[in-house]
Amino acid sequence: MTLSELTVGASAVVREFPKSGAAFIRLREMGLLAGTRVTLVRTAPLGDPLEIKLRGYHLTLRKTEADHVVIEPVV
Amino acid sequence: MALPPHIAAATPGPATRQPTYALVGNPNCGKSTLFNALTGLKQKVGNYPGVTVEKKVGTAYSQHGQPITVIDLPGAYSLAARSPDEAVTRDVLLGRRADTPQPDRILCIVDATNLERNLYLVHQILDLGRPVILVLNMMDVAAQAGLEIQAERLEQELGIPVIPCQAVNGQGVIELKVAMSRTDLPLPRHAWDVPAAIAPAVAEIQASLVAHDRKLPLSARAEALLLLTDQDSVRVAGSTPLSPRTAEILKSWQQRWESDGTDWAGMLVNSRYDSIGRIAAQVVTQAGAGGPTLSDKIDAYATHPLWGWLMLGSVMGLLFLSIFTLAEYPMNLIDDLVANLADWVKGSMGEGDLRDLITDGAIAGVGGVVIFLPQILILFFFIGLLESTGYMARAAFIMDRLMSRVGLNGKSFIPLLGSYACAIPGIMATRTIEDHKDRIVTILVAPLMSCSARLPVYLLMIAALVPGDRVPVGTKVGIMLLMYTLGTVGAFGFAWLFKRTLLKGAPPAMIMELPPYRLPGVRDVLFQMLERGWLFLRRAGTVILGISIVLWFLSAYPKAPDGATNQQQLAQSFAGRAGHALEPAIAPLGFDWQIGIGLISSFAAREVFVSTMGVVFNAEAEGDDTAPLRKALLEAKWPDGRALFTPLVCFTLMIFYVFAMQCISTIAVVRRETNSWRWPLFQLGYMTGTAWILSFIVYQGGRALGF
Repeated sequence: MTLSELTVGASAVVREFPKSGAAFIRLREMGLLAGTRVTLVRTAPLGDPLEIKLRGYHLTLRKTEADHVVIEPVV
Repeated sequence: MALPPHIAAATPGPATRQPTYALVGNPNCGKSTLFNALTGLKQKVGNYPGVTVEKKVGTAYSQHGQPITVIDLPGAYSLAARSPDEAVTRDVLLGRRADTPQPDRILCIVDATNLERNLYLVHQILDLGRPVILVLNMMDVAAQAGLEIQAERLEQELGIPVIPCQAVNGQGVIELKVAMSRTDLPLPRHAWDVPAAIAPAVAEIQASLVAHDRKLPLSARAEALLLLTDQDSVRVAGSTPLSPRTAEILKSWQQRWESDGTDWAGMLVNSRYDSIGRIAAQVVTQAGAGGPTLSDKIDAYATHPLWGWLMLGSVMGLLFLSIFTLAEYPMNLIDDLVANLADWVKGSMGEGDLRDLITDGAIAGVGGVVIFLPQILILFFFIGLLESTGYMARAAFIMDRLMSRVGLNGKSFIPLLGSYACAIPGIMATRTIEDHKDRIVTILVAPLMSCSARLPVYLLMIAALVPGDRVPVGTKVGIMLLMYTLGTVGAFGFAWLFKRTLLKGAPPAMIMELPPYRLPGVRDVLFQMLERGWLFLRRAGTVILGISIVLWFLSAYPKAPDGATNQQQLAQSFAGRAGHALEPAIAPLGFDWQIGIGLISSFAAREVFVSTMGVVFNAEAEGDDTAPLRKALLEAKWPDGRALFTPLVCFTLMIFYVFAMQCISTIAVVRRETNSWRWPLFQLGYMTGTAWILSFIVYQGGRALGF
């Protein structure tokens, strides 16, 4: 499943991450990599963008990006 | 220890030159607070030539009173730049800028609560082979969050001085100054494994950078690594381009990797994070999981589907309420001061053109703009407050979806909102927008938001449109709201149009940190407000002075015979003739040459329209009472006896003011912020063109319908 399909409050580990694209390189530089544990904190009031927590801080990204991030939920 | 030759060459001894530190860090890590704490008020704020990025240089004093130069570089998450701000940071650190000497030492500040991501930038900087001091800021917040960080351990791992600090209350600043005073700062002991698939490319590019781009060997390695991460590099004015040979090598490696599917940039980032992860595992211990933080609790409301909107609405309501109420007193004060100054000059100089030039040209013109300074400052203060508390990011988060409908992102929201008070601070606030095209689009549409200088014009026109007290207040308010709505819809419509045509680009991403809420550093916010206000005065001041004098000249010459009234003088002046010349162009909108004079004089500031009408119709207002002017307007006639200010004309004139670009100060600021005449001229053209077309439709349509 992808990061955009995660339910609010749930955590997951990133499995696959797109290689190219300036936005994805920046997301990696912000610490979102294969193997990183993320929690979906909430979505914005209108449903997009998403707020995720990773490495102890909060980050926003749009669903269009989150659609390409493959994750594996942790129970 | 003897310094390696390349460092010795770049670092003259303390006796020959005072040491220069670059202060670098992620956004929101307390960098500005530390900079202010280090340098006090000894700062020089300017701009990097060619880009609209603030250049801040200050002087700190060592423990022995020796001056130390500190350059506060713009906040950056990575040296692989994504915004002009980050590009400047990268270029200064790599010595790519001709206007700024490469700093010989680097002060890295990190947020201790968020060490891993903050260390990413530090990791890139350690590659540069310069002495680095690491400041662990917000140690108190980290302790509260149950994080224990062993600074000594980090010092050992990286081989550089690590200073724990709380910049907000100045703790650790003395220790930092002691470290900065050292002449024997060690070079970082920094080894990390570049992935094997990439290492040969790094070596080859490094060699070419040394041979063809005259880079020093060690910084050439850093630059080579960066070129490989920097896929879509942001180039800004003032930075030196790559030599063709190196560019060729880079390209051939990238093509090779693309064909065999090597994810080179990703691999580099991953291996850096691997190295950071190992360091973090040794120095950070998390005691207890820690429940939701205060920030989490606030955000449960601040970004709630219902409360979030209410809160945003109240914050913005409060903002505007204070802009309009608080600004009133200083505005009246400035008004009086300007009037007194003009009177004083009138009393102490002999009658003549020079005196009129000073009083009616320079003083009146500059005064007409300075009067908006209180509003501008209050807006800057609020923007600074929203930024420093962290709420700004939440506003952008909430508004992003709506802004994305027109192809912008949430970061354009505050600049556009601020433009309701005055487009100038709004346009200056667009600097937080990373994407160049998004920023230009936001600047282009910002003046369509009805600013407070249009308010007096709307009020006068509404008064003339619906005379007397018979008309319910609701109608007046309704018309006013209609004008604001028109401007807003126009702004979003044009943003949508420009993003699809002129400034087409990939849909902007919304990758933004939501920093924890913090109590605002009022001193920092005030300081920033004054800086920006001063910047505006300096930037717009000269242009405004020049234009005011030109406008004065146009209305004062050629001279009417002695004994002529102001009205007669204006009528036969250049401005009056220009009004006549303009009449064929504006007659289809129902405007005559007298209104034309008002339109021209509005360029000084839109509200000047009201006083100009006072002169044109010989009904100069006494104080705030516009009743005589209203009466005069209603009595004004075309030569053939038709009434001039019919309700339809008043309404059309308001429509014109909603859309027309009639503000020299804004044009001057846009010129500065976009660094070219192209955008302000385009803006002038498209806005005034739209104003004409819509006014034409409204007036002719209205007449056809029998109004």
